[in-house]
Amino acid sequence: MIPSVPFVEGLYASMLRIRRVEECIADLVERGEVLCPCHLCIGQEAIPAGICAALRRDDYVWGGHRSHGHYLAKGGDLTGLLAEILGKPSGCSGGRGGSMHLFAPEVGILGTVPLVAATIPLAVGAALATRRLKTDRVSVSFFGDGATEEGHYHESVNLAALWKLPVVFVCENNLYASHLSLSERRAAEAIVDTARALGVPGDQVDGNDVLAVHTAAVQAVAHARAVGPVFLECRTFRWRGHVGPAEDLDVGVRRRADLAGWMANDPIARAGAWLQAAGMDAGRLAAIERDAREEVRAALARAKAAPDARPEDAGAHVFAARVE
Amino acid sequence: MPGRTSSRRGWNEIVRTLTYAEAIREAHALLLASDPRVFVVGQGVWSPWYVGSSMQGLDVEFGRDRIMDSPVSENAVTGLAVGAALAGLRPIVVHPRMDFMLLAVDPIVNQAANWSYMFNGALGVPVVVRAIVNRGGEQAAQHSQSLQAVFAHVPGLKVVMPATPRDAKGLLIDAVYDGNPVVYIDDRWLYGESGEVPEGLYRVPIGTGRRLRTGTDVTVVATSIMVPRALDAAERLNRAGISVEVIDLRSVKPWDRDLVFSSVRKTGRLVVADAAWEGFGTAAEILAAAATEVLDALQAPPRRVCLPDTPAPMSRHQERAYYPTAESIAAAVQATTTTTRGARSGALPADA
Ligand SMILES: Cc1ncc(C[n+]2csc(CCOP(=O)(O)OP(=O)(O)O)c2C)c(N)n1
Ligand SMILES: [Mg+2]
Repeated sequence: MIPSVPFVEGLYASMLRIRRVEECIADLVERGEVLCPCHLCIGQEAIPAGICAALRRDDYVWGGHRSHGHYLAKGGDLTGLLAEILGKPSGCSGGRGGSMHLFAPEVGILGTVPLVAATIPLAVGAALATRRLKTDRVSVSFFGDGATEEGHYHESVNLAALWKLPVVFVCENNLYASHLSLSERRAAEAIVDTARALGVPGDQVDGNDVLAVHTAAVQAVAHARAVGPVFLECRTFRWRGHVGPAEDLDVGVRRRADLAGWMANDPIARAGAWLQAAGMDAGRLAAIERDAREEVRAALARAKAAPDARPEDAGAHVFAARVE
Repeated sequence: MPGRTSSRRGWNEIVRTLTYAEAIREAHALLLASDPRVFVVGQGVWSPWYVGSSMQGLDVEFGRDRIMDSPVSENAVTGLAVGAALAGLRPIVVHPRMDFMLLAVDPIVNQAANWSYMFNGALGVPVVVRAIVNRGGEQAAQHSQSLQAVFAHVPGLKVVMPATPRDAKGLLIDAVYDGNPVVYIDDRWLYGESGEVPEGLYRVPIGTGRRLRTGTDVTVVATSIMVPRALDAAERLNRAGISVEVIDLRSVKPWDRDLVFSSVRKTGRLVVADAAWEGFGTAAEILAAAATEVLDALQAPPRRVCLPDTPAPMSRHQERAYYPTAESIAAAVQATTTTTRGARSGALPADA
């Protein structure tokens, strides 16, 4: 099936927006206005955009330390994200978490946290809840290649398989976990095989091709909703360092050499080329660009204008309110 | 270290000035060079991003088969270290953040801590579990924790927290040869601190504290990052006419009761500074022991300078208020000099 131009335009705009937001965050870090560690997904935008476009607003999305893209693609509020990163009480997590702890329950994000693999079992638990509560939501777990080295990743895939839970496991395999490449961390190449071994069907997808990601996601989500867990290994590459805006800090020659090829394989440029080939004129693409920049500019101004956190509020919310 | 001045202390001790991180590195280098059973495993040991300069170049010097950077597998890597220790090696397993070490609680708490006891003392677990405390910089709740009390609570584990370069080196060496699982906790906030460090393989005995400043009015017992802050506070208070004795606890478990109690008998006042949560913590343990052992000597209620019962906040404005400083210690010391036990009990209601 050939996707429609307006639909691809939506994916393109979603990716471009994520990139412009993250470039803005990179600037804030460089200028010292943001202190909290920020892990950017620049270069990987096709995965959050392609997957989340296959989801309903009430489906769950779980993420980790590198989750600006997940939050934005799922519909999290941009001003809330920027305010959070600035540590403002108006931030999406009340300024308690910063970049690594995002929260948008209105669009199915019950918390992204930086402990690697921590949210994988939580995603499985949310899937159990959707079943028990007789809804047909799916629970999408985004995690990196590094996360699959944790034992609880494997335990979680097994539980989801055993209990046939509506989980889509999305491994964003960017070939690195901080400073170590994939081959320095595992002997077997294909991460998808770890899921297959536990009885979960899965595929490897070109993670820089938003249409391929989206097509795979539509099938995966349908399968998860109706049958049980699915695994997608999306191959990609992050352009920036493990954390922060620099291109890289400590991973040496190899990554630098590979980066050029991956930048030439830019998911946004690829989608733009598709749109142009389908007849979209350059003016329309420029308008999408203008809109994204304007939205980011306005959101940043709003986020900055909000009041700072007060020291005397640091002790609030250690416990939540009682629930019946 | 090339380019550094060195001097002789005593008949055979050559002392140089090193940073805390350099001292940790030197301890590793000497252990690796002198004992083929020693190896290091853990995340980020090839990368300054994780371990600062505390492991710099060791992988090149000793080979990557003895300095093993690892996948993101805290639990398995720690279990592997425990198994290797049981089978004759002397592993140092590195957790670049203490927060991540919580994924390895089973091999530390259920396995290593109990092994000697479960097998009637026939086989100990000579493993060093190195945990790095890394906090501040708006890293928030999951990248900030200092969990010495959690591990000190467990029978069979020893816990050390060096505050000075000299102890950072000597305690690591002692830990490797303790014969038991030792949780060695170093703090990134100390990595740049300099101090005199002897050359060679010397040991700082686990279980001993060190008096860093003598005083007569108040005893301040401090751990890790609170030690320089306590010294700073003592200096300021000295100018205000209060004489503070500062004890670097350096070994949380076992801790040097004799040193602490003899100091409290002399000063009659006690403040414990520990940059971890106050409740059920290291400072609580010391205060409880002081209440049991040296109550007669205490002229004022003892005090703690710790973190509030709150996870680490994120915003810089809240972080600043969250972490105790030299001023917090000075204020607690002053409070012990202005209250007395007599005044307290006099304030009790008549029917008490
Ligand atoms: C339990 C745990 N261990 C280690 C870390 C440190 N850490 C943060 S991100 C990261 C790499 C994760 O790599 P991957 O899962 O591939 O995600 P990527 O950063 O490539 O997006 C590591 C090791 C952590 N945050 N949590
Ligand atoms: Mg990765």
